[in-house]
Amino acid sequence: MRRKITISELVAAAEQRGCPIWQVVLEREARLQGTERKNIWQKMKEYWMVMKESLDVGIKPGNRSLSGLVGEEGTMLTRYMEKAKPLSGYGSVLAAAKAIGVAVVNASQGRIVAAPTAGSCGILPAVLSTVAEEIGAAEDAVISALFTAAGVGMVIDEHAGTAGAKSGCQAECGSASCMAAVAAAEMAGGTPRQAANAGALSLKNFLGLVCDPVAGLVEIPCVKRNAIGAGVALLAADMALAGIESKIPLDEVIQAMKDIGDAIPASLKETSLAGLAVTPTAREIEKRMNELEER
Amino acid sequence: MSARSVFEIIGPVMIGPSSSHTAGAVRIGNIARAVLGEDFRRAEITLYGSFAKTYRGHGTDRALVAGLLGMSDDDCRIRDALNIAATLGLEIRFRLAKGEEFHPNTADIELTGVSGKRIFLRGSSVGGGNVLITRINQYEVSVWAKNPTLMVEHVDRPGVIGRVAGVLGNNGINITEMRLTGSNREGEKLMVIEMDRAVPDKVVETITGLPDVTAVIGI
Ligand code: SF4
Repeated sequence: MRRKITISELVAAAEQRGCPIWQVVLEREARLQGTERKNIWQKMKEYWMVMKESLDVGIKPGNRSLSGLVGEEGTMLTRYMEKAKPLSGYGSVLAAAKAIGVAVVNASQGRIVAAPTAGSCGILPAVLSTVAEEIGAAEDAVISALFTAAGVGMVIDEHAGTAGAKSGCQAECGSASCMAAVAAAEMAGGTPRQAANAGALSLKNFLGLVCDPVAGLVEIPCVKRNAIGAGVALLAADMALAGIESKIPLDEVIQAMKDIGDAIPASLKETSLAGLAVTPTAREIEKRMNELEER
Repeated sequence: MSARSVFEIIGPVMIGPSSSHTAGAVRIGNIARAVLGEDFRRAEITLYGSFAKTYRGHGTDRALVAGLLGMSDDDCRIRDALNIAATLGLEIRFRLAKGEEFHPNTADIELTGVSGKRIFLRGSSVGGGNVLITRINQYEVSVWAKNPTLMVEHVDRPGVIGRVAGVLGNNGINITEMRLTGSNREGEKLMVIEMDRAVPDKVVETITGLPDVTAVIGI
């Protein structure tokens, strides 16, 4: 049987060989699939092309969900940035605009890349494209970073899972933000250890986050969690790059997420039976939606 | 769950908002189209459970129709499927089932083809874009349709099964699973055969021509 990988093994492998995490992940994938690295790279590049398309559509006016419950937030944020000096910094707001845009593309039945899920698909492409823009990195750096993110996601998937229905939103938006933080820190020149710290710092902030979508749609609160998840990833990467360490290592944070996920009641795992999904406003929205369905 | 490839984490490329509401629904539509075996002019679709509850918001209606039109689950035109169907002059009606509970994400599809041929199919989306077909015309089935599947309607007489299996074997096609199901009509049965690879049209024709075989559907 294949042994479960851990973050500390990924970091150790990278440190031993003096290479970034992405290289360890890419080589492992080539070994597991028994194919050449260049084929795997090519496939990831194609996925990045789809992500880029969704990023473009995301911030364009007219990007609205099928239900009309969410829409054009990406445009609103980019317009805001043109007029005002964002309180949380240019990068975070740009990443938030991109992330929410992609999440709305998903809710409008557009084409996206699940990362790790469809509900959380905005965070990773938004963070990586923002970092690339901020540090002037080439496309290859983004594709490399996707391997780092995927490696982290695989560890999370093996030890805790990435489904909101199983572990809550911590496992969707939390995992995405964690993956993005690690990848962003590495892309900006952080060591493998710093990158892992970035992931831990981010994920700790999502622990306990439940999955409580209004009217069962992947819209409220999902798309905004994408925006803020992207911002958290960038801040966590900055903190790690500044040398701050997570006292609890990422592997243990992931284990904690699993345990918390198991303890979250079913009513808060995608069933829309509690949480935000049953607030008076949510009920009102649901009623309106039902009337629409029955027309 | 444990991912065996980086592309299970980054990926798949998909049409939102969720694989069970979009990819699964497209697949059910695709299968209904294959069962009909010709273009349709009229579709009556009944939605159950959560398919009924949020079909507009999730775009399940568009995805089912996209599947009926023959689109694949990553087609960017899925969200325009209803308009496309309207432009083609196709008649499509949706009905919401109340109180009857099947699987949470289930649709019944009644199709009328251009020749007047009619079929019935009941399918459920079971997550991750996978589907389970539980009824085809008068037959209760459980078809996952993950592998190429052949459904052979036949008269219940000795020797039919052997003849069908023989044709597949002679053409080097390996049967991985086979089930038989009866209908309420005396002497009428359906073979559901899963195989390791798709069956060429020529082989389907040969099977259709076998004695006691009344119809063959390949998906
Ligand atoms: S709230 Fe639930 S459906 Fe929405 S993004 Fe989070 S895990 Fe996914």
